Amino acid sequence: MKVYSAYHEGRLTIYLQGELDQHEIRRSIASIEGLLDDYLPRDCVLDLGGLSFMDSSGIALILKLHRRITGSGGRIWVENAAAQPLRVLDASGIDRIVNIRVPREVV
Amino acid sequence: MKSENYIKLEFPSRSANEALARSAVAAFAAQLDPTLDELGDIRTAVSEAVTNAIVHAYPDTVGTVWLRARILDGEYLELTVRDKGRGIPDVDQARQPLFTTGGDERSGMGFTIMESFMDKLRVRSSPGAGTTVTMLRRIRRRR
Repeated sequence: MKVYSAYHEGRLTIYLQGELDQHEIRRSIASIEGLLDDYLPRDCVLDLGGLSFMDSSGIALILKLHRRITGSGGRIWVENAAAQPLRVLDASGIDRIVNIRVPREVV
Repeated sequence: MKSENYIKLEFPSRSANEALARSAVAAFAAQLDPTLDELGDIRTAVSEAVTNAIVHAYPDTVGTVWLRARILDGEYLELTVRDKGRGIPDVDQARQPLFTTGGDERSGMGFTIMESFMDKLRVRSSPGAGTTVTMLRRIRRRR
């Protein structure tokens, strides 16, 4: 799993690439928290376009990110999920908590 | 149900083996000619079951996880994930959405996802003796 990011005017976009499972979760959370500490963004976009596989570990990651961003008054979106990650997002019902955008829209 | 083919896989409860387990089952299931969505569902269910064994059955130690995949009656894939770990004291509670004892790195959605992606899910567990998760998914023949 690789984590990339782009920052623009208070909004941090985080790109996940590869397969996200429990094996990858700790390292991924650490890199994402490092990015949030560095940029202190107001809003956050989690772009799953490069994710070829995600299990419920991804739900834990999104919930953690959601708590942190909304806790400081920001907003968070998840976008670009391919078919398999999207089925996991749907089955979890996380769209009741976090805005899931499919397909990618101009934010 | 008649068993036509199977694989058995045994590995230590190390998280690096999660990807191996789902890839092995996906390669085995390919002979049923599943759609990409069906294959994605199967890989996800394997990942959830194996992760549970790794994280919850053997929290402080490395134990053994046994995985079996079988083809039954030519169009059913049966998956069995077994451990000899600490067991689940209350299976009904563990199957509730959002229930987890795994801290904030776990979502508590593992069994919910297994249930929604597979046709049948059976969990048998004895505290101190281990857990066996059996799942069944029909892969309809495509003409």
